[in-house]
Amino acid sequence: MSHFINNKSEQVDKSNTDDAYTLGPLQSGPPCCVPEPLIRVDNLSLHYGLKPALEGVSLDIYKGCITALIGPSGCGKTSFLSVLNRLTDMIPDCRVSGNVHFDTMDLRHPALDVQRLRRDIGMIFQKPVPFPLTIRRNIELPLREHGMSKQAELNDVVQQVLQDVGLWEEVKDRLESPALALSGGQQQRLCIARALALKPKVLLMDEPCSALDPISSGVVEDLIQRLRGKYTVVIVTHNLAQARRIANYAGFFWIKDQRAGCLIEFGQCKQIFEAPAHELTAAYVNGSRG
Amino acid sequence: MVKNALTTGVIWLTAALVSGVFVWLLADIIIHGLPKLSWSFLVEPPQNAGRSGGIGPIIVSTVLILGVAMVTSAPLSLATAVLLSEFTRHDSVYGRLVRRSLDVLAGVPSIVFGLFGNAFFCIYLGLGFSILSGGLTLACMVLPLLIRTAEEGLQAAPNDYRLASAALGMSRSATLVHLLLPTATPALVAGLMLGLGRAVAETAALIFTSGYVDRMPGSLFDSGRALSVHIYDLSMNVAGGDSNAYSSALVLILLLLIINSIALSLANQWLHRSVVTV
Repeated sequence: MSHFINNKSEQVDKSNTDDAYTLGPLQSGPPCCVPEPLIRVDNLSLHYGLKPALEGVSLDIYKGCITALIGPSGCGKTSFLSVLNRLTDMIPDCRVSGNVHFDTMDLRHPALDVQRLRRDIGMIFQKPVPFPLTIRRNIELPLREHGMSKQAELNDVVQQVLQDVGLWEEVKDRLESPALALSGGQQQRLCIARALALKPKVLLMDEPCSALDPISSGVVEDLIQRLRGKYTVVIVTHNLAQARRIANYAGFFWIKDQRAGCLIEFGQCKQIFEAPAHELTAAYVNGSRG
Repeated sequence: MVKNALTTGVIWLTAALVSGVFVWLLADIIIHGLPKLSWSFLVEPPQNAGRSGGIGPIIVSTVLILGVAMVTSAPLSLATAVLLSEFTRHDSVYGRLVRRSLDVLAGVPSIVFGLFGNAFFCIYLGLGFSILSGGLTLACMVLPLLIRTAEEGLQAAPNDYRLASAALGMSRSATLVHLLLPTATPALVAGLMLGLGRAVAETAALIFTSGYVDRMPGSLFDSGRALSVHIYDLSMNVAGGDSNAYSSALVLILLLLIINSIALSLANQWLHRSVVTV
């Protein structure tokens, strides 16, 4: 039985198995080994109709690391995430400009296989969205959609991912019961398991803990910690302490001139929190602004 | 305090009034219709212009007409609703045009549909006075209702499902089949019931299209008399046909109840199989 997270030797996807990415316990955001950009964003701007939401954002997302995006509400962090898996396609009147590359792929190419891309770049939403199906079907449905049809194989994956998110012991006897009956924290972990089942390279998380109680939030946070090294995680969070605890890199967004969100500062988490270069960042992380 | 009691009283009174009318109507039909209702009434052909005998062929014609109407209108309306709600933008010119046309169509009196059906199906397409013509005319008539209820049902499905499903790399069609349609099933069934109810109660549109003939239909190309037309004929044109008209009306109501409960239980089963709600 291979485990996506716990059992390194049996990793299925070669590209995710590099030992160098596995880190020990965290202090405040240590650098994540040798930074190797997996996603490169260059001069990204985004408009909803005529209203600018993001302007001139450039940053690299490093492979195997956790990158936290912080900043006040409405400064374009969620929009930024949606660009990375092209969910912006689903928003009418949304225009994106600039360059975004994932590995060597041009993410903004019109002929890009979006379904394939979203398999590689999964997303977790603020509010857990379990489908109104059984727990098992929640995980199986996307897998079947991507061509896995053997029941034995599906059973294995279901068990693996549920173990990976620490949900297996809690639900193994009621896999056929409705996912909507799970608690909020369990639902969010199910959603993460569902995304992990597709073996993504990157996980985008949009405030995954903000709709959860502190204990569930802690469980999910521990889970995200364990994803480090195996997955590249980009997490939007309003919880600065959480960002500080889990992230290797942090980006600070701010609404410039009451107009559009932009990236004020990006760097190692430790540096952003302990020695911010920009006064806005300093004010925000110290709690005097924002 | 007094104001509160007064408001409650008025609300109760209105509710009682509305249900009172319904109960009165139902009681009237049951009291006058029940004595004549028997197995032979249900299976025998009408005699003496419907004054005596039963309504066997009329029930068969009615069921056939409803069948044609639903078999043609249900898939068409579902497809249109899916197109409107999932594949066109809500404010697009095309979407607005279709919606506006549907609203106008929904308000067209049924007699106009009858004339249209007569001109188009009976004469132009050469189907004559037939169950097929009647069923297709009814299909046109209930289409706007079915489309709008189905569209509203689909739009009521949480947008989160669409986003989460897309984020998992699932296609729009898979999202539709596995998540949105099952979620919208109650609304789809409700729409179908409303449409059936309107279709089964329709008289004007059928007089011009499926005709008056009260023989047992041999095929869909035969003319057939629907229950509502039969009731209309007995109470308006046939002296001494009132008691059979009452019994036919009772059968009509029972038919509607039966169709309702079958559809509901089918939908429940289907819902239980594909979607698990808490």
